[in-house]
Amino acid sequence: MITMTKDTMEIVREQDVVPFRNRVKELATKIGMSLVNQTKLITAASELVRNMLKYANGGKVTLELISKAGQSGVRLTFTDKGPGIADIQQAMQDGFSTGRSLGLGLPGTRRLVNEFAISSVVGEGTTVTVTHWKNGR
Amino acid sequence: MDTNTTARLLLRKKQDILVNWMENQLADDTLRDDLISNEELNKQSEELLDGLLKAVSHGNFENIYSPEYEQTLDTLGDISITRARQGFSPRETNLYVLSLKQALTDVLEQEHLNDPALLYKEVILINKLLDNLSIATFETYLKGREEVILRQTDELNEISTPVIRVWDGILALPIIGTLDSSRTQIVMENLLQEIVNTGSSIAILDISGVPAVDSLVAQHLIKTVSATRLMGAECIISGIRAEIAQTIVHLGIDLSNIRTKSTLASALQIAFEMLNLQVRKTGQTSVTKLLR
Amino acid sequence: MERIPILKMGPFLLVTIQVDLYDRLALNLENDLITMVSKTGARGVLIDISAVTIVDSFMGRILGNIASMSRIMDAETVVVGMQPAVAITLVELGLTLQGVHTALNVERGMDLLYKKTDVLLDQNQEEEEEAAEQDPE
Repeated sequence: MITMTKDTMEIVREQDVVPFRNRVKELATKIGMSLVNQTKLITAASELVRNMLKYANGGKVTLELISKAGQSGVRLTFTDKGPGIADIQQAMQDGFSTGRSLGLGLPGTRRLVNEFAISSVVGEGTTVTVTHWKNGR
Repeated sequence: MDTNTTARLLLRKKQDILVNWMENQLADDTLRDDLISNEELNKQSEELLDGLLKAVSHGNFENIYSPEYEQTLDTLGDISITRARQGFSPRETNLYVLSLKQALTDVLEQEHLNDPALLYKEVILINKLLDNLSIATFETYLKGREEVILRQTDELNEISTPVIRVWDGILALPIIGTLDSSRTQIVMENLLQEIVNTGSSIAILDISGVPAVDSLVAQHLIKTVSATRLMGAECIISGIRAEIAQTIVHLGIDLSNIRTKSTLASALQIAFEMLNLQVRKTGQTSVTKLLR
Repeated sequence: MERIPILKMGPFLLVTIQVDLYDRLALNLENDLITMVSKTGARGVLIDISAVTIVDSFMGRILGNIASMSRIMDAETVVVGMQPAVAITLVELGLTLQGVHTALNVERGMDLLYKKTDVLLDQNQEEEEEAAEQDPE
């Protein structure tokens, strides 16, 4: 796997969400991702950024254009220094939420992207990495 | 051993190598003169050999991913991708590169007949280089084949999900074959886009051509219906055969929120009703007029 | 502060969302709309989202809230013009906007509102009553 471009954005308040989404859209458009796949990726990114703001008062996102086996894609890494998630398995279940939302956050987000990885240490923070390929496969 | 000397020797003997290589290729039983003409083959081979000899002229026989091999790998890539598309078998494609190995070692053998130790080292070197090149060839060959498969899959998906405008405001979408997640995606995209384009408010999803409905397929159907509803159109599923109805119930799939009909005709009927349309035989109206 | 304009069209309220909403703007819209419904006694709310490219779970929740709150005040909500890519993404995310009516475009949405709220009938009755009152003169 090759990383073609890489940059980071700090997300500290909700006003950062829209510019961040636009940045993701730029990347997705650059590799010619179809509209539906773009929308899925941006929505997933939006969900994750919202989680970060809600539970960890913000964090950092790394945006990368990557290429693997002739296929190009966008990879986003969300890193926060929040309270962390005690039971990841539980958090990945449909309908689970500690934050009075619909509980669609993580499992819903996972369905929107091709690859989804999460790791978390209680008291230290959470890292979520999502990858979406150009043709969505 | 000085690799530069070997490189210079090979460069000097270029013509011999080419003739030798061509002979090897033409003598081979598997030569596909039906797919490629001899002149074309000669041109191709000369181009590749030129590039290769230029690459080794720096004395690098080891790392084929260094810059001086770029041109060779490009040519080789082009050749194997073209061959993959033309329908050459993997063996035929690979033999093309491996027959060059024979030609190269033959030349070295003639030159260093009196120095077996040197010859041995050189042959090993050539072997290693050509093996690496043959692996690279094979990789690009496979890539070419994968591209063909991918393109065919796309085409298949494209042609197998037509959206038909059966009436003003009514779309029908016959689904043929298995409904997996990537196809559902295409079905949804096509259907929703067509709903926008035509301003249709009813879509009929006909699944007569779907061999089996398991919980995953049902889930895909439910997703399509939900998406249609979000757009503001209604979705009817038709073509539910007896055995499909049985499996749906046995699997405990809940389709109660979805309008289902056994045939496309009855789905169309209910669509007409929803649009307050009536279909009548023209003859009958005249009879009723007569009766009045 | 930036706000989404709300238009009053007869018995209905019309909102056209032309920008990607950030949270504060969406919450303001929810607030303003409900206040308007109660102030004007509107019977229906029509929200045009044809220019919206991203609807995440937060935005979906706002739409759901508007519909539920309006219903308590006897007003129906119709969301119109959802983009195909947005619809596909919402379904994948697991959000089906229960309780929200949908229509293809503003025109169909208006028709649906008239049908759902029987406003046309009320108006006719009023007109008849007016006509009856005017008759003796």
